[in-house]
Amino acid sequence: MEFFTQQFLNGVSLGSMYALIAIGYTMVYGVLRLINFAHGDIMMVGAFVAFVAYEISGSFIFAVLIAIVAASLTGILTYKIAYKPLINKDAPKISLLITAIGVSFFLENLFNMLFGGIPKPFNYPEIFDKNIEIFGATTSFVSIFIVILTIFVLSLVLWYLNKTKQGIAIKALAFDINTVKLMGIDTDVMIMIVFVIGSSLASLGGVFYAVSYPSIEPLMGVLVGLKAFAAAVLGGIGSVVGAALGGFVLGFSEIFIVAFFPDIAGYKDAIAFIFLIFILLFKPSGIMGIDFEKSRF
Amino acid sequence: MKYFIKMFILVSLVIGAIYYAGNYLDSYSVMVLSNLGIFIILAVSYNLINGVTGQFSLEPNGFVAIGAYVTALLLLNSEAKIDQFMLEDPSPLILWMNSSFVPALLVSGVVASLVALTLAFPVFRVRGDYLAIVTLGFGFIIRIVAINQTEYTNGSMGLSAIPQYANLMWIGIFAIICTIVILNIVYSKFGRAMKAIRDDEDAANAMGVNTFKIKTYAFMTSAFFEGVGGGLLASLLTTISPEQFSFMLTFQLLIIIVLGGLGSTSGAIVGAVVVVIGSEWLRFLDEPNLFGFETEAHPGLRMVVFSAILILIMLFARRGIFGDKEIFERDGRRGSKS
Repeated sequence: MEFFTQQFLNGVSLGSMYALIAIGYTMVYGVLRLINFAHGDIMMVGAFVAFVAYEISGSFIFAVLIAIVAASLTGILTYKIAYKPLINKDAPKISLLITAIGVSFFLENLFNMLFGGIPKPFNYPEIFDKNIEIFGATTSFVSIFIVILTIFVLSLVLWYLNKTKQGIAIKALAFDINTVKLMGIDTDVMIMIVFVIGSSLASLGGVFYAVSYPSIEPLMGVLVGLKAFAAAVLGGIGSVVGAALGGFVLGFSEIFIVAFFPDIAGYKDAIAFIFLIFILLFKPSGIMGIDFEKSRF
Repeated sequence: MKYFIKMFILVSLVIGAIYYAGNYLDSYSVMVLSNLGIFIILAVSYNLINGVTGQFSLEPNGFVAIGAYVTALLLLNSEAKIDQFMLEDPSPLILWMNSSFVPALLVSGVVASLVALTLAFPVFRVRGDYLAIVTLGFGFIIRIVAINQTEYTNGSMGLSAIPQYANLMWIGIFAIICTIVILNIVYSKFGRAMKAIRDDEDAANAMGVNTFKIKTYAFMTSAFFEGVGGGLLASLLTTISPEQFSFMLTFQLLIIIVLGGLGSTSGAIVGAVVVVIGSEWLRFLDEPNLFGFETEAHPGLRMVVFSAILILIMLFARRGIFGDKEIFERDGRRGSKS
C-alpha cells in the first residue's frame, strides 16, 4: 500500500507538469487551429531563464517571475514574427506547421549555441528537497508543491476564461474569429493573451520539471512537449480541463508502467504516442468527449 | 519525345560527373558528394508523400533508421554480430540474416514499405496537424525500440564495422533510379491522383479517387526509397546508432524540400544540393573569429542560421525555388507531343 501511495504521488506530480504544458497547447490550438510545435521549447526557455536568473539573483521567486516574463515574450514574438504574417496572408495550414517547426528548431539551436548541449545541474532552494510524509509514503516537498500549484493555476485559468469579459472574448474567438472582429474586439491582443497564458504555464512546468529532474538541456522541451500534446489530445483538444486530465492520465501511466512492469520500463516514452494513435483511431474527441466544433475550453 | 532526350542527356551527364568525381576528386569531396546523393534519394522520396500528395508527415527518420538497421544486420557476418552484441546475445533471426549488398538494400526498402503499410492504417485516418504529430511519434517510437530491443539492434551501442560497399557510384545509380521512378509515378495516373488529393482531398474523393489507397501507395513508395537510402547511409558510414536517426534528419529533409519547392522533384534535388553543399560551406560559422572579429567558437550557430532560413523562406518565399514546377515539364500523357 505504501508503495502504491508513493507511486501515486509520483504520478500526480509528473502529471501536473504535463498538465501545465498541455493547457498551452490546447488553448493555442483552440484559437488558431495550430499545433504550436515551439511550445515545448518555450518551456525550455523558461527553465533556462530561471536557471540564469537564480544563479544571478539567488531569489527563486524572482527567478520564476523572470522566467514567466521571458517565456511570455518568446510566445508573443513567436506569434508576431512567425505565425501572424502567414495567417494574414491566408497561407495554407502546412506552411504554418513548417514555420512552427522552424521556430522550435531555432529556439533549440539558439540555446544550444548559448549554453552548450551538455545537461546542466539545476540549482534550487533546499526547501524543495524537504521530505514530507503523506499516508505513510515519503515524498519531496516539490512534488506536492507542483500539484497544488497546478490546481491553483488551473482554477485561475478556468475562472479567467469563464468569468471575465476577456476570457469570454477568447472563447468566442475560438468559435469564429471574423465575427469576433466585427464585435469590436481586438483579436490580435486576445491571441497574444492566449500565448501569454500558454507560455507562462509552460514556463512554470519547465521550471518545476527542472527542479524535479535537476538538470536542464536545450532539447529537454522536445519530448516533454510532444507528450504534453499527446496529453492534450487524450483529454480532448480544445478543452482546458481535458488537457489537465490528459496530463494526469499520462503521468500516472508512465509512472505505473515503470513501477509495476519494470521489464518494459524502457518503453515509457512511447506510451504517449501509443495513446495518441489509439485515441485518434477510436475516440478522436478525447476523454472529455467534446465536439470540437461545438464547445471550447 | 523531346523530354526523354533531355532526360537521357541529363542522366548521362550526371553519370559522367560521378565517374569523374569518383576518380579524380579528393576523399573529402567524394564523401560530401556521397552524402549529397543519399540526401537526394531521401528528399526526392520524402517529397512524394509530403509535397506531391500533400500529406504533411514527419516520419523519414523512422524509415531511414529501419533501412539502416536492416542493411547493417544483413551485411555483418555472424561472428561480427556475436562480437558486437554486448548487452544481450543476438537473437537467432539476427544471426541467420545475411546477404550481399544490393539484395540487402532491396530488403531494407521492402521492410520499410511494409512498416509503412501497417502504419498507413492509423496515420491516414487523420489529416493535417494530427498526421504530422502521429508520424513524428512514429519516429520517436522507432528510436525507442532501437534503443530497447538490444537482442536485435544492440541498443544504444549501435552497430559498427559494417562493410563499406556503398561508394559514390552505387549511391549515384540508386539516386538516378529513385528519381526516375518517382518522376514516372508523378506523371502517371497515380501521380495525378496524388496531386488531386493535395489540392482538395474531398473533391478527389468525390471524383472517385480512392484517397486512402493512393496515399498508402505514396507512403509505401516513399518508405521504400527512404529504407534504401538508410541502407546506403549505413554502408557508407560503416557505423550506426539510434541517435543518428533523430528528428534532426527529418528537419533537414524538410528544409530541403521546402527550399526547393514542395511538390517539385527537381526542387528536391536542387534543394538537397544547396543544403548539403551549403552546410559544408557554412561550417565557418561554427568556427572562432567570425567575420574577422575576435570571437569564440560557436558550435551550433550553423543550425541557428538554418532554422532562421527555413522560417524566412516560409514567410517570404513560400513557394521555394521551383514552386511545384519541374525543370523539364512533361505532358501528362505518355507519348503525347511536348
